[in-house]
Amino acid sequence: MISDARASTLARKVRERVLRMSSRARSSHIGSCFSAAELLAVLYGEWLRVDPREPQAPARDRFILSKGHACAALYAVLAERGFFPVEWLDSFYQDGSRLPGHVTVGVPGVEVSTGALGHGLAIGAGMALAGKRDNALYRVVVMLSDGECDEGATWEAALLAPHHRLDNLTAIVDYNKIQSLGWVKDILDLEPLADKWRAFGWSVREIDGHDVDAIRRALGATPFEQGRPSCLVAHTIKGKGVSFMEGQLLWHYRAPDQEELARALAELHPE
Amino acid sequence: MRTAFFNAVTALCAADRRVMLITADLGFGHVERFAARFSEQFLNVGVAEQNLAGVATGLALSGRHVFVYSIGNFPTMRCLEQVRNDICYHRAHVTIVTSGGGLSYGSLGMSHHVTEDLAIMRSLPNMTVIAPGDPIEAGAATLSAARLDGPCYLRLARAGDRNVHGESIDFTIGRAVVVRRGDDVTLISTGGMLDAAVRVADRLRAERSLSVRVLSMHTVKPLDEHAISAAARETRGVVTLEEHSIVGGLGGAVAEVIADRTLSVPFARVALPSTFISVAGSQEYLRSAYGLSDDTIAETIQRIAAVHSALGGSWRGGVG
Repeated sequence: MISDARASTLARKVRERVLRMSSRARSSHIGSCFSAAELLAVLYGEWLRVDPREPQAPARDRFILSKGHACAALYAVLAERGFFPVEWLDSFYQDGSRLPGHVTVGVPGVEVSTGALGHGLAIGAGMALAGKRDNALYRVVVMLSDGECDEGATWEAALLAPHHRLDNLTAIVDYNKIQSLGWVKDILDLEPLADKWRAFGWSVREIDGHDVDAIRRALGATPFEQGRPSCLVAHTIKGKGVSFMEGQLLWHYRAPDQEELARALAELHPE
Repeated sequence: MRTAFFNAVTALCAADRRVMLITADLGFGHVERFAARFSEQFLNVGVAEQNLAGVATGLALSGRHVFVYSIGNFPTMRCLEQVRNDICYHRAHVTIVTSGGGLSYGSLGMSHHVTEDLAIMRSLPNMTVIAPGDPIEAGAATLSAARLDGPCYLRLARAGDRNVHGESIDFTIGRAVVVRRGDDVTLISTGGMLDAAVRVADRLRAERSLSVRVLSMHTVKPLDEHAISAAARETRGVVTLEEHSIVGGLGGAVAEVIADRTLSVPFARVALPSTFISVAGSQEYLRSAYGLSDDTIAETIQRIAAVHSALGGSWRGGVG
């Protein structure tokens, strides 16, 4: 186990990388990356049993970033973990780069390509089902956005996983409360979200998705119940970490200019 | 064809526990026995085709070859994005098998008319598209799909159709089967129209002394371009035949080859018009009413043969 400080440091590094990548590439989705930074840091920093030297090891845990638009954060954490050189991040989103603006296989450490919302949980359920039937010990984690919970396909998979008692599957909802055109509660209210997952047969916990200790404890407690898939509703803040980005829809789209980049980096390094 | 498919997939599952059959709650009369015998290799995801495609991808990416089974439009169009992004992009070893190709379920109405699937499926990168012409081809195609290392769409026609071929054939994905030799016109058929193709060819030979080459183009993608070139070179005209919309199916695919290779040959497509059929009707009734009768096929072949004659055989003076 790594210390809270180390997990937080990794989350900060991810944010820093994402800022530079987005600024250089003029790409979107910073807010979606920042809400997931601590979750990704704990997952890749300590919890997932993955090995950069053998990214396809049969016994590895499987992680699917179903909210594929937050790919910059995934690429950043994979690079920090040594799956590929951090220099690759400089090419993000640019002509001929192997790192396009939504998650794609072919990037070392990436399990599944995503980008169209609502695909990840079904694929994860298929992997978890295969694991069960093979008596394999790997775990499958799928991270969804709250906006993705609008997709019917998400709930098709949510229905299947408990039926097949897939307790090797964990869904994490990065519940940052802002979707593409505004506040979730105004566009298509998901509440009571945790109860919806419960009603579908999942064992659910709610946590502060920026509290690394809470994330660690929750992941460590999976499966929350034997015979049920686990759902972690992580309450997060879109744009978390940079004051002028927090809770702002604008940063679902805007790339920082030089002045904004400097201000944002300064906030990440308050000392 | 359905029985041939289930027999083949049963043999595959018995031989290899990594082979699976999953359905979205369809296949009454066939899946029960399979499920009872291969409980660990069977899955019914319920009436949820997006989930069907996604779960199949997850299983395939975990080392399985997954046969997905449903009725024509459901596991193709309902979940097209999952087929494209999940199955095809990942080159997942998933074979999507549909029953009811064309107007097999005629009286069930428009929702069950499978008339655009070949066009849509063949446009997807990495996808192999097969529409067997009879049960023998369907069984062979199933076994061949298991040897592919990527996605495949297998379109079955109706249940209870008869064998056109003899006991066994040399079936290779991407290679047409010559069902009748002939020098005058080539009739290229895909899917369940093969029976009609052979019937019409035999009739024209007997009644009109017209020698019609019949190709069973069971693989729509990758297309047997060599067989098409040979037909254009060796016979006086090419006619395609399919129980599918005139837009983008076999006829479109063959036309692309003719254009790309600047083959100079009279050419016509026999297919369904690009329209919705809103009346009830048996497959035979709807085929006749919508341009797939034996007479229409025969007239088209004769018209194409006549083009060549009208030009005094000079047609081949063109490029190619």
